[in-house]
This record gives sequence, C-alpha cells and structure tokens, in this order.
Amino acid sequence: MQRVLMKGNEAIAEGAIRAGCKAFFGYPITPSSEIAEYMARKMPAIGGVFVQAESELAAINMVYGGAATGFRVMTASSGPGISLKQEGISFLAEGELPCLIVDICRGGPGLGGIQPSQADYFQATRGGGHGDYYIIVLAPSSAQEMMDFTMLGFELADKHRSPVMLMAEGTLGNLIEPVVLRNPVTEFVDKPWAITGCKGRQPNIVNTLHMPVEELQARNKYLTQKYEAMRAQEVRYEEFLIEDADLILVAYGIMARIAKKVVLTAREIGIKTGLIRPITLWPYPYGVLNKAAQTCKAMVSVEISTTGQMIEDIRLATEGKVPIHYIGEIGRTPNPEEITQQLLVIAEKEGLR
Amino acid sequence: MKIVATKPKSLTGAKYHYCPGCSHGIIHRLVAEVMDELNIREQTIGICPVGCSVLAYDYFNCDMAEAAHGRAPAIATAIKRLLPDRFVFTYQGDGDLASIGMGEIVHASLRGEKITTIFVNNTLYGMTGGQMAPTTLLGQVTTTSPYGRKAEVEGYPAKMCELLSHNEGAAYICRTAVNSPSNIIKTKKAIKKAFQTQAKGLGFSMVEVLSACPTNWGLSPADAMQWIEEHMIPYYPLGEFKVKGE
Repeated sequence: MQRVLMKGNEAIAEGAIRAGCKAFFGYPITPSSEIAEYMARKMPAIGGVFVQAESELAAINMVYGGAATGFRVMTASSGPGISLKQEGISFLAEGELPCLIVDICRGGPGLGGIQPSQADYFQATRGGGHGDYYIIVLAPSSAQEMMDFTMLGFELADKHRSPVMLMAEGTLGNLIEPVVLRNPVTEFVDKPWAITGCKGRQPNIVNTLHMPVEELQARNKYLTQKYEAMRAQEVRYEEFLIEDADLILVAYGIMARIAKKVVLTAREIGIKTGLIRPITLWPYPYGVLNKAAQTCKAMVSVEISTTGQMIEDIRLATEGKVPIHYIGEIGRTPNPEEITQQLLVIAEKEGLR
Repeated sequence: MKIVATKPKSLTGAKYHYCPGCSHGIIHRLVAEVMDELNIREQTIGICPVGCSVLAYDYFNCDMAEAAHGRAPAIATAIKRLLPDRFVFTYQGDGDLASIGMGEIVHASLRGEKITTIFVNNTLYGMTGGQMAPTTLLGQVTTTSPYGRKAEVEGYPAKMCELLSHNEGAAYICRTAVNSPSNIIKTKKAIKKAFQTQAKGLGFSMVEVLSACPTNWGLSPADAMQWIEEHMIPYYPLGEFKVKGE
C-alpha cells in the first residue's frame, strides 16, 4: 500500500484517474485549479481527454456530452464557476448522465474572495439550477477522503445515473496530507443507453425535453422516485460522543475535524458535548439529527459562512425540538480555541455549565 | 419497377412538426441523404439545438443528443474527443448558434474540433414566435424589432461564415441556400464535403444554409423562397469561404 504526501486537490484528480475517469473539462478558478493542472499533465499519458473549455458553461456541457458517451467524466470549479454550471447540472440531472462535479469552495457572494468557505451549501444541496431535482453531495474532511469520495462519487453517479458533487473548502483543496493510494477501479457498469453510434441496435437519444404534459409529469414522478431511493440508500454521516451529549455540534468537511477537538476540550471543561458530521450533504441525515434532538438539550451549527446555510437543514431535521445555535464566519477556517470560547457562551445560555 | 427515389435510411420517417414551407424538412433530408451515401449512419452522433429543430432527435435515425440552448458545439467537442472515429454533427439555428451559442461555436472552430455544424439561418427566432436574431436583416420587422432593425440601435446582422472562416481551426466553411433546386443540390454537395472534411480530420466544418420561415416572415412558401433570393443572398453571399486541404 503506497502512502504519499498530496494536496487535497491533487488527491481528487488522482482518485478520479484511479476511478477510471477518462475526460476532464474545466476552466481555471482559484482555489480549484490544481485539479485541472494535474489532469492536464496526466490525461495524455493514460489516453484520456483534457479540454480547457472557453467557459464554465462550455465545460459543464462538455461534461454532458462526455457523460452521454458512457465514459466517466468530470469537471471542477469553485463558487462563481459552479453558479455558471447550474443550468448544465439541471440538464445532467434530467438527462440522467452520471458524472462528478467538484466544488472547491471560496467566499462569495459575487466575486467574493479566494479564502475557504462553506457558503456554497445552498447551491450544492438545493440545486441552483431550475426544476425539481437533487444531486448527491459528498463532503470530505481530509486529503484521503478527497481521493476516496472522488472514487465513491463516480460509483454513486453510475449507480443512480446522476451527477454527483464533491464539495470541499478551499482549505482542504490546498491541505497537504499523507494519502494512501487506492487500487484502480477495473469493473464498470454497462451503459446501454449511451450514445456511441447505433451499430447493431436502435438509436439512443439523450434528451431533456418533454413537451406533452403527461410525459413531463411521468418523467418528474420517475425522478422523484429515484431521489427517494437515494434518500433511502445513500445517507452517510459520522457520530462522535453523542450518546450522553447535552450539546451537539453539527459540522461537515474540514470543520468536522476541527469540531472534534472542540468536543474533547468542552468535555474536559465538563460540558457533555458531541458531534454529528453529515458526510452526504444531500441526502442529509435528517433522521439521525431528529433522533439526537430527543436526548440532547441544544445543537450548534458550525460553518464557514456568515449567515449559516446548513443550519436550515438542522432546523428541518429537529422540528423545533431543541434550540439551534450558530457559530460561523467567512474568510478563514476558525480554530478550535475560538469555537470553544463561543461554545462556552452558548452552554452558559442553555444552563449547561 | 426501378426505385429512383426513396426515404433515406438516416431519417426515421416520423412526421415532421414543421410549418408548411419551412426549410428544415429539406435540410434534414439532405443531411440524411449524405449520411446514407457515406454509409455512416451507425457511426454518427447528432446534437440538436433549442429552437424549431429541437425535435430533430425524432427525425434523424442515428444516435442523438438534445443540447441546452447554444451549447451543441461544446457537447459535440466532448463526444468527438472521446469517440474520435465517430462522425459528430450539430444542427443549429441562428438564435442558437449566433446569439446564445456564439462563444461555443467560435471556440469549437478555434480549437479545430473535427465536427460538422449544419447552421440553419432563417433570420429570426422561429419557435418562440419570430423575434429578432443576430442574423435579422437591417430594416426587417420582427416581434422584437417592430419598427424594423436599425443599425444604430440593434447593430448589424452577424455573418457567421465570414467570421469563422478567419479561424485557423476551421477547415471547411460554406454558405448555401435551399430556395431553388440548383441551390438545394449545391447545399447537399457542401454538406457532403463538410462530412468528408471531418472524415479526413482536417478540422472544424460548417455549412450555413439560408432557409425560409414563411410563418414568421408573413409570406407564402413561394414568396418566402423569393425573399431569400432578393433579401438574404445579397447580404449573405453564397459560396465556399474556407477550404483546407485543397
């Protein structure tokens, strides 16, 4: 088993190649560009395709074309670029085209900044694109998971015939850590629906237009059932010391790692604290949070965002059973000490110390 | 009995939804005849646009993808790069190609993508009810240029063949019309040459076809053909603008 030092962004690119990704279509944007640069270096050597598209719109539509041929394909970008891709993601979801879309988040709104952020949570989980659709969103918290979830993302995309998004903070994209290189994937699902030339079969059509009302209704009903199946099968999360916890932190990505340290420090001070880490931001672990809300006294959403975005899912999950607090800011990754300080204030307010 | 003309194998035979006198039917048939003659139906992947020909996937008897508005050249790029031995064509109208898809077509031609584009220019947005397009002629009345297109307000009509022929990656660029039997024959020859350009791997190929929209022009089908001759061809001259490898 080979263990190497890798940047999170590079771990994504290497993981994609090991997952059998045959084409990368992208447009430069900080802090995601190392993924495109890695692919530009490696793809020619493995007989794959690398195209630097003229725009994010073109890039996501190249993903549409590439995925339609049945090959594993991907793109990577950051907040402003993902906003531009949203139309294409809606088409990919409706066209049932499996692919991986990576969002290495930076601060917004507008051009924002290039510092780490989790403020793309809404546009990742709510589908910034038009229409009734969802995509699976995976949130890694280490360079190793950048590789592992990239590979998992391709598997889930093929399994459900759906785009999958991997969303990580700019911090993680640029974090260098040891990564165990996974074995290359050798078995792939058949894609009899792919457009490859109709030799020996009836023509295949990749289409998202459904003009007759009945057809549109049936199509949406079918997709809704597919999303139900994803909700039933793909919820992933991690629990840390929540059995006896009065106060439960909810954090994902890099923040979940930092929050773990906060949990241990708070326990030393005498506050029974735990952590729930959603790994799939969609489908969200609603049931897990709802159950935890029956035994804890309060929950705290910890995010790299000023307004808080995931906090809305926590409220939906807990149905008003417990007070929900918020710790978060944009522009940097908060350290465990300052989160602990804010947590103590919340604990005091809730009568937990 | 000897059969002298029949439906091309590369058409499904589904009934067209096009208006009476619309040129899409002719152009679909020409593309299909070329696919038959080159015997490439089973190696061909077509991309249709948003616009009147959005349903072209129902008519072409080959693998097809339906594109978001203007993005067909990007989709075609990826398909051709991943399946370089297939034939890939886009079928696009003037709103799709010259307006919202201007970026994609320019860059596909700059990159010299080995794809073929059939560009149907009828000077307006047909499906949405006859709005002004980048190709609308000066003085032409549409629903969004109700007083006639004025250069000082809406600018000048886009000459796509002239524009794209300057790109090094463009290997074959030709403008034709389908307003007369002789022009229809020339259009078919150009489409064939475009696919042959793709087969030779010379680069990007496009045939712009001047086409009639009697419904939105408010003309009879016969008068619409005449309108192409009198109004479109003087501004959009016919002929080959770029022929690489000759």
